[in-house]
Amino acid sequence: MKRPNQLFRNFSAKIAAIPMIVTALFVFVGGTAWTVVYSFTKSGLLPRLKWVGLDQYERLWTTKRWIVSIQNLAIYGISMLVLVFVIGFILATLIDQKVRFENVIRTVILYPFALSFVVTGLVWQWILNPEFGIQSIIRDLGWTNFAFDPLYNPKIAIFGVLIAGLWQGSGLVMVLMLAGLRGIDQEIWKAARVDGIPAWKTYLFIVIPMMRPVFITTLVLVVSGIVKLYDLIVAQTGGGPGIATEVPAKYVYDMMFGASNLGQGFAASTMMLVTVALIVIPWAMLEFGGKKHG
Amino acid sequence: MNYAVEIKDLDLHFGNVKVLQQLNLDIHKGEFLVLLGSSGCGKSTLLNCIAGLLEVTDGQIFIGGKNVTWAEPSERGIGMVFQSYALYPQMTVEGNLSFGLRNAGMPRPEISERVKRAAGILQIEPLLKRKPAALSGGQRQRVAIGRALVRDVDVFLFDEPLSNLDAKLRAELRVEIKRLHDQLDNTMIYVTHDQIEAMTLADRIAIMKEGKIMQLASPNEIYNRPRNLYVADFIGSPSMNFLEGEIKAGKFHLEGIVIPLDGYEFVEGSRREGKAIIGLRPEHLVTGDNLASAAVRTKVDVELVEPMGSDTLIYTKLAGRPIHVRMDGQAQVSPGDKVEIGFQPERASLFDPVTEDRL
Amino acid sequence: MADALESKTTSLRDGPRGPKPRRTFSRRNILLYGTLFVIAVYYAIPLYVMIVTSLKGMPEVRLGNIFSPPLEITFAPWVKAWSEACTGLTCRGLSIGFWNSVRITIPSVIISTIIASVNGYGLANWRFKGANVFFTILIFGSFIPYQVLLYPVVILLREIGLYGDLAGLVIVHTIFGMPILTLLFRNYFSSLPEELFKAARVDGAGFWGIFLRVMLPMSIPIFAVAIILQVTGIWNDFLFGVVYTGPESYPMTVALNNIVNSTQGVVEYNVNMAATIITGLVPLTIYFVSGKLFVRGIAAGAVKG
Repeated sequence: MKRPNQLFRNFSAKIAAIPMIVTALFVFVGGTAWTVVYSFTKSGLLPRLKWVGLDQYERLWTTKRWIVSIQNLAIYGISMLVLVFVIGFILATLIDQKVRFENVIRTVILYPFALSFVVTGLVWQWILNPEFGIQSIIRDLGWTNFAFDPLYNPKIAIFGVLIAGLWQGSGLVMVLMLAGLRGIDQEIWKAARVDGIPAWKTYLFIVIPMMRPVFITTLVLVVSGIVKLYDLIVAQTGGGPGIATEVPAKYVYDMMFGASNLGQGFAASTMMLVTVALIVIPWAMLEFGGKKHG
Repeated sequence: MNYAVEIKDLDLHFGNVKVLQQLNLDIHKGEFLVLLGSSGCGKSTLLNCIAGLLEVTDGQIFIGGKNVTWAEPSERGIGMVFQSYALYPQMTVEGNLSFGLRNAGMPRPEISERVKRAAGILQIEPLLKRKPAALSGGQRQRVAIGRALVRDVDVFLFDEPLSNLDAKLRAELRVEIKRLHDQLDNTMIYVTHDQIEAMTLADRIAIMKEGKIMQLASPNEIYNRPRNLYVADFIGSPSMNFLEGEIKAGKFHLEGIVIPLDGYEFVEGSRREGKAIIGLRPEHLVTGDNLASAAVRTKVDVELVEPMGSDTLIYTKLAGRPIHVRMDGQAQVSPGDKVEIGFQPERASLFDPVTEDRL
Repeated sequence: MADALESKTTSLRDGPRGPKPRRTFSRRNILLYGTLFVIAVYYAIPLYVMIVTSLKGMPEVRLGNIFSPPLEITFAPWVKAWSEACTGLTCRGLSIGFWNSVRITIPSVIISTIIASVNGYGLANWRFKGANVFFTILIFGSFIPYQVLLYPVVILLREIGLYGDLAGLVIVHTIFGMPILTLLFRNYFSSLPEELFKAARVDGAGFWGIFLRVMLPMSIPIFAVAIILQVTGIWNDFLFGVVYTGPESYPMTVALNNIVNSTQGVVEYNVNMAATIITGLVPLTIYFVSGKLFVRGIAAGAVKG
């Protein structure tokens, strides 16, 4: 009997995999390569292969709006990262104290995550509205000089966005942390109690180090979410006041579809890609590369 | 005080489930006590109560004569070894051993002194700088024991410490724990579901069922004079054969076989007539040359043979009821053979069929 | 209980007995539940504010504060938000956006779930040479900022003539939902006993036969998780909607943003909040109804292969 052609082995499986292969090769690999290549061109309204070397990048890094965007992303990103972890972890430990109504509390803390960034942004735009929101209420209570108008004060506008972002995203971190806490061997807790170690020390020196994998995956999720920050800004501040809350993702969109300056958009998005790669590649090497040696 | 641990009228309920009920137990100083039972019998729960890891619903616990019912686990003067080892994964062996002491604010020289001593006793000195992940199961268990050892306490609690190990290692560590007990002279309370571990290690065994102690006695006593049907059935492998008959005029009648009970030691005040169950251990049913010592003999048909090397198990019927008999490993028998078996009535056990208690 | 104790007390000594006395209102409990209560209130307030504002008339909104409950409940803002609110030039409310979102979400969820489940099944059970390479690319692809791929996908859609069309957006959602869904299904099918698959092969079933008759009936829960994940994700999408569709086919999120952030006319905060809450209603309903499955879905994003 003739050996069947290798191509036709598991033929159905290969046919079924075509959408995945096309997506992986044409969209993810091809699309990324295309954008990177065209970031070195002088594309305007339409993509054109007219090489200009690093010109687009030079222009990018001398544009004030881009610098502000990067600064905002850094401020938002670092604050978000620190706070979302602290809040998420503290919430998880509080809920882990065998509290009653655990389900109710968890449901309340997580529901914002089901809402879109647009909805989140609009609600907080309303709550932070200086004429009607928190500021006016506190002024009505007697502190007539109280000022809290992050969405109108360029200096603190990005923190107004941060409040909304934390409200929307901290529930997710809490759920992941809680899963991590629940995954820890209960006998570790018993051993620590027999050793006479106070609960806070057990968390700090034993439990948190044991939760490293959960922390890392959460970190990757949160970071890739931060870099994509766009809808929230558009809905809550529109980048304003002025350019006080501009972010890279918005810069890219505006360049590509607003200013008909595709080359700038490609260069800016390539910089975003580099940022993510700087975080994801070390993580991937740690996560998947390490196993071969260990 | 002569007792290391005393448990008085202990109750523990989880909601409506009564896990422990009116439990009393006194453990001598230097004793090795094993809590034995199938899963869900409350043995681990009892150990956790002694450790203070579970709060009791009612009753008192004394350790070293002191009432510790409300005390924190670390204040009770106990060390504990867990089934999953519960080593702190990111600390070295040395760190694991010393963490509790450092936390209690003990001066450094004394800590290193104690760690050194424990490591010496358990022969884990070369491992001190390693992390738990780099240790084998047996080594991890040793470190876990070491963590209890450095606390320099009088009472050691073991919660199924060998269940995660393979059979060979389990046998090795069993011997080591026994040696450790001889060497240290501490009180040890040891929870297991493995009757071999219980028989080999214990000074006394407490067999538990549904939150109650069914029998508390030496391994020898438990094996030879089980106090009730449950204990008789639980201890011994393969398990005891039970046959129902009747006691008439001081003799046990089993469908035509008459067993004289003159040599049988009745439990005080239980000598009586009427229906009863006789329990015969497979290894107490003898064949061949050993028949000379047997007061009761009968012929049976072999139905199934299980050769196991050291001995051979045969399945047959006695008085119409299935039984198994343990024979010498070299015995040449095959299904269909007729074999003469016999036993000494004083080695049998008699039970009341209603209360299931020993007669 | 007392009677039973009477007879036993002879063996008891003095000192602590039974559970350690603990007041329900210990300092620890007050602190713990107090903190949790404050936190829960903080998280709940925006939803409350949305509802309260949307039920007030405009004069009341201007006078009162945002937290006070409505004195006179009116549903007019909801009606206006649904059918009359203006986005720039047209004043047709959110309803068009809602129906667009429905027309986008349903086919997107169905197609992306089918493709991803087949992918996951193939990867778990029919590993052919190189399959894992594509899968790895897919997983890494999920980390690429969308902005990098926005324009290449525009070109792709233009080439096949679907740019600006709802069908194009369905393709986009299928593509960008593929990594996480494929991972979800692959992990699930890998967790099923392999003997099942082998037995079915011995019985003569092929690729599709095993998938349809053996695997599918066993994977209802994971399909539920995937569908919840996709419905909320696609319903909440803004970026793809704004890039790949035209004003006539904008999804609800885009329509909402245009209504609220349009600069023309007097700002009607009550209508805005009504529109906001209407837009959030679909994912919120899914969240409150599905509960644990939703949590499983988002946790799945964190579970690595």
